[in-house]
Amino acid sequence: MSRIYGLVAEFDTAEALLRGAEAAREAGYRRVEAYSPFPVHGMAEVLEHDDPRLPWVVFIMGVIGCATGFGLESWTAVINYPFNIGGKPTFSWPNFIPVAYELTILFSAWTAGLAMLVLNGLPRYHHSIFNTPRFERASSDLFFLCIEARDAKYDSEETAQFLENLGAQLVSEVEK
Amino acid sequence: MDNTLHSSSSNGPVDPAVAGLMEGEQTFETVSERLASIVLRQDKHKLPWWIMLGIGFVLYNLLGIALTKLLLYGVGIWGIDEPVGWGWAIINFVWWIGIGHAGTLISAFLLLMRQNWRNSINRFAEAMTIFAVLCAGIYPVFHTGRPWCAYWLFPYPNILGMWPGWRSPLLWDVFAVSTYASVSILFWLIGLIPDFATLRDRAENVVVKKTYGILSLGWRGAAEHWQRYETASLILAGISTPLVLSVHSIISFDFSIGIVPGWHTAISPPYFVAGALYAGFAMVIILAVPLRKWYHLEDYITPKHMDWCAKLMLTSGLVVLYGYMSECFFSYLSGNHIEIRMMELRQFGPYGTAYWFLILCNGVIPQLLWIPKVRYHNGMLFFISVVISIGMWLERYVIVVVSLTRDFLPSSWGYFSPTIWDILMYAGTIGQFIFLFFMFVRVMPMINIFEMRELVHKTHGHVHSSAEDHSAGTPVSLPAQPAE
Repeated sequence: MSRIYGLVAEFDTAEALLRGAEAAREAGYRRVEAYSPFPVHGMAEVLEHDDPRLPWVVFIMGVIGCATGFGLESWTAVINYPFNIGGKPTFSWPNFIPVAYELTILFSAWTAGLAMLVLNGLPRYHHSIFNTPRFERASSDLFFLCIEARDAKYDSEETAQFLENLGAQLVSEVEK
Repeated sequence: MDNTLHSSSSNGPVDPAVAGLMEGEQTFETVSERLASIVLRQDKHKLPWWIMLGIGFVLYNLLGIALTKLLLYGVGIWGIDEPVGWGWAIINFVWWIGIGHAGTLISAFLLLMRQNWRNSINRFAEAMTIFAVLCAGIYPVFHTGRPWCAYWLFPYPNILGMWPGWRSPLLWDVFAVSTYASVSILFWLIGLIPDFATLRDRAENVVVKKTYGILSLGWRGAAEHWQRYETASLILAGISTPLVLSVHSIISFDFSIGIVPGWHTAISPPYFVAGALYAGFAMVIILAVPLRKWYHLEDYITPKHMDWCAKLMLTSGLVVLYGYMSECFFSYLSGNHIEIRMMELRQFGPYGTAYWFLILCNGVIPQLLWIPKVRYHNGMLFFISVVISIGMWLERYVIVVVSLTRDFLPSSWGYFSPTIWDILMYAGTIGQFIFLFFMFVRVMPMINIFEMRELVHKTHGHVHSSAEDHSAGTPVSLPAQPAE
């Protein structure tokens, strides 16, 4: 049992994959994941992938970036090394906006990119789903639906039958 | 994620928003095969590629020679002197940065606007951005005279106890351009991850497969991943759009901080940004015309794409032309005799030829783009784009040189002429751009493959959903005929 990652059904269209995912959710499966060569719209809602963290992480890092820029400028110009340039006040804050703005963008953009990878668990050396037959075509023209063995409702025969009834072209049991 | 736009397309007729964006009989497989094979099958790169790489390589070496000479003798080998301290270094810097901006606009702003046509051109336009910024970055660093001290521009605790001058736009530029470069590279690499996965899965050579395997970071196309991926792309697009506007606005502040006649108009920031986009779209077309011909990409970069790029180019060109007119207007409105004299000298002084040639290049010839036939003629588009690139260079030349040679006191007037080293260095950065670009074409997919698959899905969605019921078990390469 523990050697098996799950049952994987192969479809040839995005619509079939979406319908399959919907059916699997309705049948009560919870450990369901879909693999597609491009983002299938509506899939995130069906599989309830609604992780709200990414935008918040980006927002918080953007605020930190802004504070870093403005704080660094203010501290260096006012406290650490006050210097009279053209009689301007040391705390000439309008001049500090561009750098604070660029650092806001720098911090939030890199956070968006890196947090996306981290939350997705990437980079990753290997994953059991790559043991699926013909999975190399998941990045070209095939669509895969996986019901994982750790699902409470998983049963190697019943689940396989269920997936075949969805109109899958091929259902295979995938090892870890 | 917002799916309202896409959910309706699966059953009805082809969405008019995507019609004409792809030609020929396309399936997921043909798109993946055609675009991936340009990278995976090295025999696809024929004589034109070698010629371009050769030209790029020779010119790139000139850059090496010019920079070596520069490091040995200093910036005195350039034509810069009193009163023109900026010269070609700053002209070329602004020109290259401007070229980059269209790439970001295409990849970020058009994504926010949900313009599907960007998908065919965004990848190589982003590459263009990065290589243009790399060319641009060389100039200010070497223009400092002591490039080995360039890190002094960044704030770091040092033994002198000094900090950079936060009130100077030149320092804002350091932050703006370095942020722009790093965010552009990030956006580009994030976009490449799913395509690297496609290359990994399609490669036959073990080394190639492993290389793209590492680059793809283990991407497996899971729905959960796609959801975060699209969120991150949208956020990056939303962040990059104001970034690109800020970069060229700050570059215009570089000018306005100098109390030099002609560098002060309030129209400058938007006019600089529009000029940047103008030059950038010209460069996109200069690259797209040969690429689609040499690599037979006419099915993916269709006449419609060229048409729309040309229209955007014309639009930004009109904004630029408006900027020229308002510059004249404001200098006369100012009532300041030095400003007025500068504007007269710009037009009828020793550099008057350059001014009128720039008006011809940027203002007159591009008006041909109003004619639809011209927008659908590759040769004409290429020609007009080259003319615009020259015009945009002349614009910066006129702005920098005329104002600096004709400032307040006639006793400090001068005349600027470049030396061979200015020219070699300019040719060298063009070489670097060509060399890097054609190396990129060889090792990375120049068109975004997964977004093209998505476009196939949107275009032929109704074919697939109706054919699917009776075609289970057959390979997916369905003919793209309507199944009604």
